[in-house]
Amino acid sequence: MENRLNVTASPHIQDNSSTRKLMLNVVIALLPCVVASAIIFGAWSLLVIGVTVAACVLFEYLYCMLMKKPNPVGDLSAVVTGLILALNMPVSMPLWIAVVGAFIAIVITKQLFGGLGMNFANPALVGRIVLFTGFASRMTAWVYPAKATRTLTILGVDAATGATPLQVEGGVGKYPLADLFFGVHGGVMGETCALAILIGLAWLLITRTITPTIPVAYVGSYAVFSFLLNVGELGAADAGMLVLHEVLAGGLLFGAVFMATDYVTSPFTFTGKIVFGIGLGLVTFGIRAFGSMPEGVSYAILFMNLLVPYINDLTRQVPLGYKKHKKGAKEA
Amino acid sequence: MKKIKIFTNGLVKENPVLRLVLGTCPTLAVTTAVSNGIGMGIAATFVLFCSNIAISALRKVIPDKVRLPAYITVIATFVTIVQMLVKAFVPALDASLGVFLPLIVVNCIILGRAEMFASKHGVVDSAIDGLGMGLGFTLTLTVMSTIREVLGAGTWYGFTVIPEEIFGFTIDRFTFMTTPAGGFFTFGLLMALVIFIETKLGDRKKRSIGCEGCPSKGACGAKGGCE
Repeated sequence: MENRLNVTASPHIQDNSSTRKLMLNVVIALLPCVVASAIIFGAWSLLVIGVTVAACVLFEYLYCMLMKKPNPVGDLSAVVTGLILALNMPVSMPLWIAVVGAFIAIVITKQLFGGLGMNFANPALVGRIVLFTGFASRMTAWVYPAKATRTLTILGVDAATGATPLQVEGGVGKYPLADLFFGVHGGVMGETCALAILIGLAWLLITRTITPTIPVAYVGSYAVFSFLLNVGELGAADAGMLVLHEVLAGGLLFGAVFMATDYVTSPFTFTGKIVFGIGLGLVTFGIRAFGSMPEGVSYAILFMNLLVPYINDLTRQVPLGYKKHKKGAKEA
Repeated sequence: MKKIKIFTNGLVKENPVLRLVLGTCPTLAVTTAVSNGIGMGIAATFVLFCSNIAISALRKVIPDKVRLPAYITVIATFVTIVQMLVKAFVPALDASLGVFLPLIVVNCIILGRAEMFASKHGVVDSAIDGLGMGLGFTLTLTVMSTIREVLGAGTWYGFTVIPEEIFGFTIDRFTFMTTPAGGFFTFGLLMALVIFIETKLGDRKKRSIGCEGCPSKGACGAKGGCE
């Protein structure tokens, strides 16, 4: 009780949020995506997600036990990493590859750099990219939902695979908008259903887990760049429709809501977040429009993750009444 | 310095690749296959051994101002010999190493040992140092290429280690490991491992920066000039 009478200097923490509570909010926000993937891709997706999450938690526990560190499993961050990593894989992913991805995400990207808060990039994202470079054919075996039931594979018939809407002949603009919105198209498990992602976003915003700055700056700047590229050729109305298709297709929304907003690997300040979001939009747009790959979200986020320390430095908040150092004066 | 200590220095404590971070370029480039890694290691060891002896023998003759060109000339001579030998007797290795064989001339390990060790020590010590460093380099290349080849291609020295199919269950190749990104990945992990082992052995001061934490401290002549 006597602690309550302590007088300390500001800042004073006024709420009782903890890593665990914030991570629980993210887990809840990811649940609509999990449900959507189970509906769209069949119940097998739940197994893939479950194995990935379990592997992530297990690796975190084992590493910390072997290195005699305090056990961090309770803060749920490994669960979030596992969920995001799993939702970044197609449903046809062999389970052992998912475990490899979990190892890379948790042990190599997160724990070897010092654990939660020290990682230079989003662990789930690095896991995804390593799997993408390592098992390219598995990672791009996007399954078309209508035929995607695992029963086909069990019966000995390969589930039909196909391109993501971004690679469809005639361009993404030909794809029915409703299919894109409800996620009835090929892709990795989490990215297809825009509706579920928006529900998750709403939960994150209501609980104030994240601010809307990064997703809005990211998707908005991407839309503006894409619109400007197409408006001369197609006219304003058609270009607008195309941009809407492009935003809904691929991993843009999922990346913007769940991966770009990771606390550890995004800037602190409002200005920094805007810069970060626009940078993401620019890189994604560059890769999608001019690159050889159909999708650029993961590389864009990884690239901007690396720039976050510099963005933080350059957009640091100035304390009230702070006077600039004279040029040439040495820092105290 | 004891002769054995000079020799073992290159293996772990002053491992040229993992602790001195020299010769990174050939390390990352040739370690996609074990045969390349070992071949490169042996070629570099030969050059390192010979050039260390020659430079150490000539160390009082070479004027200080032109020492680097002189070292390079000596090294280039031995590299040319190695290149001709490899071309004549192991043409397959020559084909797979490609430009990295002649590039041994500018391998920092060799010039680094010439500048840091051979130019200051006697012929016998320099020869031992060249052998130790070369062995450390070869070992590192072998370990790295083993990791990369086994995981990336499922083979070791061309022999299949991981079958492509077990009981009808396909095992995909983790091709990431054979890409340049996989090279950096393995490199970083091995570096961390060596530092971890050193810390466990109590050899390493915690978080020391500057000359105290530098693995080349023993041989360096700059005496803080680099800080």
